[in-house]
Amino acid sequence: MEYEKLNRRQIARLVAQDIPDGAYVNLGIGIPTLVSAFLPADRDVILHTENGIVGMGPGDPDAPLDLDLINASKEAVTLLPGASITDHVVSFAMMRGGHLDLTVLGAFQVSARGDLANWDTGAPGTIPAVGGAMDLVAGARQVYITMDHVTKDGRPKIVRECTYPLTGAGVVDRIYSDLAIIDVLPDGMRVIAMVAGLRFDALQDLTDCPLTLADDWRVLSPE
Amino acid sequence: MLDKTVDTLAAAVAGVQDGAVILIGGFGASGVPTELVCALLDQGARDLTIVNNNAGNGERGLSQLVRAGRVRKMVCSFARSSDRKNPNAAAFAEAYHAGKIELECVPQGTMAERMRAAGAGLGPFFTPTAFGTPLAKGKETRVIDGVGYVLEAPLKGDFAFVKARTADRWGNLVYRYAGRNFAPVMCMAATTTVAQVDSIVELGAIPPEHVMTPGIFVKRVVQVERDHGI
Repeated sequence: MEYEKLNRRQIARLVAQDIPDGAYVNLGIGIPTLVSAFLPADRDVILHTENGIVGMGPGDPDAPLDLDLINASKEAVTLLPGASITDHVVSFAMMRGGHLDLTVLGAFQVSARGDLANWDTGAPGTIPAVGGAMDLVAGARQVYITMDHVTKDGRPKIVRECTYPLTGAGVVDRIYSDLAIIDVLPDGMRVIAMVAGLRFDALQDLTDCPLTLADDWRVLSPE
Repeated sequence: MLDKTVDTLAAAVAGVQDGAVILIGGFGASGVPTELVCALLDQGARDLTIVNNNAGNGERGLSQLVRAGRVRKMVCSFARSSDRKNPNAAAFAEAYHAGKIELECVPQGTMAERMRAAGAGLGPFFTPTAFGTPLAKGKETRVIDGVGYVLEAPLKGDFAFVKARTADRWGNLVYRYAGRNFAPVMCMAATTTVAQVDSIVELGAIPPEHVMTPGIFVKRVVQVERDHGI
């Protein structure tokens, strides 16, 4: 049977739907940044950015660029009513100190026990650059990952052991791939949702560590 | 009379020795004391260790210092560009690949906290950040109550260069929006802190509870024409 992969916006939308009212959230670079566009209007989701903004709003395309109002991706943002701004020490205390309910990040690889590799491919010639990723995964209460299920040449990105340098060990709670939603539990990975038409054994074939299928798994029906 | 204001950028950066450790505020292009760094270029000190979140974005400032071969070592969290359309830190990348500059890659929060420890009179501290990763290599680690920690040392500067919006002659500082970022902790962590500011106001004009960096952490203040925004 045929199935269609989710696109970036569809993945972002699925994550947005699962963020509860009142949550303090840090969104990483890439698909995670798109999540903010799909947050339900009836929920207060308070976005934190490394450079100290709590209560960040979307960029205003009509406003001139203000370098003192940017997010961690160095993109223009706005301040929502109720926003606050702190310095880096306090901002990272929010991250490392367990005050953020959730962070959503991209990944090169996630391992069976929730190890995350998302900062460095270790390829020769790359300049190591970690930013705030290690602080985020060390302290955020929940770590959600958005990622393609396999690499561009078809190799699994969900693996027994990460071969890329780790960002954090045992830190991932849930994966939103372009094929499935997978919870990372102490006893392994459990699939809680899959795209329509995808068979569980086909998903397992695209994954380099054992999966189980939740009894109440659902079909993903993106809009 | 206590007056920390100086009239020129040259006076603001006077006394930086060869081999100095300089903490430079800013995150991306936000809150960067570009004019102080350009003045340092003219001042001439060499063999510098620079602590900044990035490794010299844009055409002016830190990238010029790197290109001029004046920086021996960069301590930063993100020495690459996160903006593929607008690649920067090119001067650093060239020097790095040519083996002419050393890089210490530090997690962003660990960098901030190491400076806080220096400024607050603390010794090394344990942080969970980077435990189990390559950035913990060669460092002491310990598992306490089931959580793994990495021992990190205080990070102290001979000088700190920061940018603020407003100062008074006692060196009290107010920052603009997220231009604050690393500046308050860098002010604490350096022997000589220099602030370039948009405006200098009368003593008492800043309401005490609005002061973001108390002047006790600041040695010199210099006014520089406002260049926010574009």
